[in-house]
Amino acid sequence: MIFHTPILTLLLVSALAALVALWSAGFGLSVLRRWDLASCSRGQLMMERRTELVSTLFAMVMAAEAAALSLFIFNADRMAALFVGAMCAVGTLNVNGYGFPALYAQIATFFAAAVWLVLDHVDRLGRDYPLTRAKYAAVLAIAPLVLLSGGLQLAYFLNLRTDVITSCCSKLFTPANAGISDEMAGVDPATALWALGIAGGLVAATGIRALRSGRGHGLFALAGAGYFGAALVAMVSTIALYLYENPNHHCPFCILKPDYGYIGYAFYLPLFGATALALGLGAASPFAARASLRAPLPAVMRRLTLWALAGFAAYGLVTVWVILRSHLILFG
Amino acid sequence: MSALNRQRALLDFTVAALARRRIKNLALVAVFATVVFLLASAMFFASSLRREAEATLAGAPDLIVQNLSLGRQAMIDAADLPKIAAIRGVATAEGRLWGYYYDRISGANYTVMVPSAADLVPPPGEVIVGEAVPRVRDFKWQGTPLFLSRHEGDLVRFDIARTLGSDVALISADLVLMNEVDFRSFFNVPAGKFTDLAVTVRNPRELSTVVEKASAALPDARFVTREDIARTYQKLFDWREGVMVALAFVAMLAFAIFAAEKATGLSAEEAREIGILKAIGWDTRDVIAMKLWEGGLVSGGAFLLGTVIAYAHVFWAGAPLFASVLKGWAVIYPDFRLTPAIDALQLGTLLLLTTLPYAAATVVPVWRTAAADPDAVMR
Repeated sequence: MIFHTPILTLLLVSALAALVALWSAGFGLSVLRRWDLASCSRGQLMMERRTELVSTLFAMVMAAEAAALSLFIFNADRMAALFVGAMCAVGTLNVNGYGFPALYAQIATFFAAAVWLVLDHVDRLGRDYPLTRAKYAAVLAIAPLVLLSGGLQLAYFLNLRTDVITSCCSKLFTPANAGISDEMAGVDPATALWALGIAGGLVAATGIRALRSGRGHGLFALAGAGYFGAALVAMVSTIALYLYENPNHHCPFCILKPDYGYIGYAFYLPLFGATALALGLGAASPFAARASLRAPLPAVMRRLTLWALAGFAAYGLVTVWVILRSHLILFG
Repeated sequence: MSALNRQRALLDFTVAALARRRIKNLALVAVFATVVFLLASAMFFASSLRREAEATLAGAPDLIVQNLSLGRQAMIDAADLPKIAAIRGVATAEGRLWGYYYDRISGANYTVMVPSAADLVPPPGEVIVGEAVPRVRDFKWQGTPLFLSRHEGDLVRFDIARTLGSDVALISADLVLMNEVDFRSFFNVPAGKFTDLAVTVRNPRELSTVVEKASAALPDARFVTREDIARTYQKLFDWREGVMVALAFVAMLAFAIFAAEKATGLSAEEAREIGILKAIGWDTRDVIAMKLWEGGLVSGGAFLLGTVIAYAHVFWAGAPLFASVLKGWAVIYPDFRLTPAIDALQLGTLLLLTTLPYAAATVVPVWRTAAADPDAVMR
């Protein structure tokens, strides 16, 4: 199965990301040990120059990882036709034990990469490299994640066997298949929608507070993470039912199919983007008091907060639109 | 200056800088576009073949039942037909008569079959042929009979009732349709025997249950579903595409090395330009951003150009460069026009596959140039 163009591309991205992450982690170690902005030594000067290269390379690879996440899911959905029993990405990811772990690792890498990109962006605002140590400490944490994600992906693709009969989404999201997917599908629709509404209210409140006062981005990040969880639970337990107009179909992947007009992307792209921005803002907020960032940072934080709020609002609006146009009646 | 305005100004400067070295940059885009063209052609062609196979198989029966003897396919008994037809959920079950005939005159294999549709059954002594049969036999005039010889000294004459149109060439190019009596006598097939059984089911979701029941009724038979055939075709075309792409990617790597080499060895004019920019206040980040814009414009231009040429090559010209590798080969091969089948997955894959190696290969030389001291660059 390895000779499949999207698989070759995903492996190329993973290999490049692993190489860059390893090299950046090595450089990160020397930054953490020897970084001294007051020093005028040749070593410090070289290190300062090299941070530009590492930042550019790491940012490029992390952006490619974000694109690879979409490609990974899109490809899993498209490959469902190759496996007996698979009807969407769930079946393809279930072909062996590495599929879902690879997806989760890829999602974790995406969020870590987004947080790092925000830190990098903020760092570039200050002339004295204010976040350099924090940024390279983060590289040391992200590198193992990138390697794990690449390793899981390779194991998944190498073990894709088309003679395996896999389970489709209708089997995964049922009480017969105990696990987190079943728990999510079993949440009462009214509870799930209330939880989403409350999470939306919290995100709006903390976001508006951050916009007005220029503080509280940590709380906004927490609220954003909560909204992300509530949105996924609501998707599996309730929104999917309205979308398919079927009270028993809970799959969060089938909505990415052309049969449903690719509407899943209208849900997931804003949700993932907004959550990533919120987490990044949370990670950058402790550095707001740095002298070199005091002037340029508030405007950037404000812009990113607005974008994050717009993303969360887009998820909420698409949800309302789907429920209003659905012929399924769950309440009343 | 806002971030957007800064990027706009950088883009403006980069376009002007690219235009100053027009010939050199156009040559780079042309070479890059050739590599993109190779990759894109392989991907577009394989994808439209998959689409073609899907469309063709849409008319195939849900299930084919074959008798196995000594591990090979053998004729199936007509007595097995009612056993399959009696299974609940089966809509229709019919015996099919078909086989291959090797034509020693043209060196081609014809598929000879008895059609199930009444309007396609020719009268005795006549055949309906696919569009490629008169072509390979080089029939010069209308009404030329088709002589088929099974062995030395044997010659059977069939008049051609009509020729099938080229719109169904993909499935009918090598087809010879006979009526049942002629078929049984030509191939010496005894009455009560069929090549296989074609089954349709009312609800496709019940297919696996029908197969389960049918295999209990006919334990020696082999059951091939339409999905099995579709999966096999898809795997075959995927694999061929993957091999082609892997080969073309070697060209991409070679180009990436060339681009890295080119980015390392700056011309005196470029070095002077960067030196002046740094001397008037640009910092390393600005120069890197400008060079990344340059790379983005070159790879974006090459991507667009290569993709458009690949589209024309595959869907207008019939992909003369790859057709024989991806389609497979046969003496009789139908002439068919491919239907364009492009989606976001293909374009996204192609974009990552081509621009990422280029960007990765050029970023280190770009940084080296941008980070150097102005006097060192200019000297």
